Amino acid sequence: MFNSFIRKFYYGDIPEDNAGGSTTDSTPVSNSGWPLWEIFIRSKQGLDHKHVGSLHAADATMAIENARDVYTRRQEGISIWVVESKYITASNPEEAGELYEPAADKIYRHPTFYQLPDEVNHM
Amino acid sequence: MAIPDFEKIFQGKIDEEIKIEPKDWMPDAYRKTNLRQISQHAHSEIVGMLPEGNWISRAPSLKRKAILLAKVQDEAGHGLYLYSAAETLGMNRDEMINDLHSGKAKYSSIFNYPTLTWADMGAVGWLVDGAAILNQVMLCRTSYGPYARAMVRICKEESFHQRQGFESLLVLSRGTDEQKAMCQDAINRWWWPSLMMFGPKDSESTNSDQSMKWKIKRKTNDELRQQFVDMIAEQIKVLGMKLPDDKLKWNEERKHYDFGEINWDEFWQVVKGNGPCNKQRLEARRKAHEDGAWVREAAVAYASKKNAAKTKAA
Repeated sequence: MFNSFIRKFYYGDIPEDNAGGSTTDSTPVSNSGWPLWEIFIRSKQGLDHKHVGSLHAADATMAIENARDVYTRRQEGISIWVVESKYITASNPEEAGELYEPAADKIYRHPTFYQLPDEVNHM
Repeated sequence: MAIPDFEKIFQGKIDEEIKIEPKDWMPDAYRKTNLRQISQHAHSEIVGMLPEGNWISRAPSLKRKAILLAKVQDEAGHGLYLYSAAETLGMNRDEMINDLHSGKAKYSSIFNYPTLTWADMGAVGWLVDGAAILNQVMLCRTSYGPYARAMVRICKEESFHQRQGFESLLVLSRGTDEQKAMCQDAINRWWWPSLMMFGPKDSESTNSDQSMKWKIKRKTNDELRQQFVDMIAEQIKVLGMKLPDDKLKWNEERKHYDFGEINWDEFWQVVKGNGPCNKQRLEARRKAHEDGAWVREAAVAYASKKNAAKTKAA
């Protein structure tokens, strides 16, 4: 049913029919031997490493070299961490409600919960 | 929970400008549309290296050569950002590359035009990248998180592309008569294809517009095209050149430039594979991929050998 809605063709979203490539299948050349790596970059000393994206590489050394070329062409980083994506365990967004519920009703954990007289400074 | 509820929650997030992330529930068609659009965008960056690669070895000076190299390297990087954004939707890289090579997947038709003179490098930067940037700036606010983040990074890098193009044309426009003529000729050839980059007219579709409702896109083709015409019509005055359109005229009432009709027949011909360079571009991509196969295999062999040695030592 949804397909009936997306008939409008946008730049960068041209409908799928043959674009003029050969109709004979080219042998699929696979690089699936290259796992996916998640890349974390420290932009400067004193800051956390931050996730910037992912890329494929045969091993960790290559992942770091590729990350340098892909993510730090303009000196965006001074340190790189790479982790193979399969080792990342993520929380399930569908369970977010239950997972974070315990924090929701504890407003006394925030400094703004406490009303102090105006004379009290620096607190 | 019934499926319609999921859809309601999903649309609720979109309406509240909450980004959709890879593991969130999303309608199949949303996934598909994003996948098609992001992978096409990635392919466009990759194929887009070819018309410019043509001039790296013939750049008129070392400075221009270094600039062009940096720009082409950026395009490769942009392709990679986008491929990994597309991968978060569940399609692997090999499938995408195979779809490009088989002609199943599209890329921007603009790259099926040849780059005949050095001035084309300027025109491509100014007009083609200029058109792309308008679209990309809008996409920084697209609803799918990984796509939006890739776009933010790309936009930061892309503005140098357009500026270097304009500056390169500016030099030609102040040069000899031959250089001026070359500059004008490149503009003549790239103007209409650049306008086509924004896609068919809004009036082509009478259907309700799901891509807008899902905030994958936030401006229509015609809006972006008009924005582009208004911008370029002013900038070209600085170059002292002319856009090849007799109908181009400021409309005081609309506060926009009017412009002539695009040759839509040409547009669809190029989309369908009959442009000047479609075959050549795909051949070049296929050849590069196939010629590089041994390097990819060797890297895997080396990695597993090293891994085995490490396991043994441990």
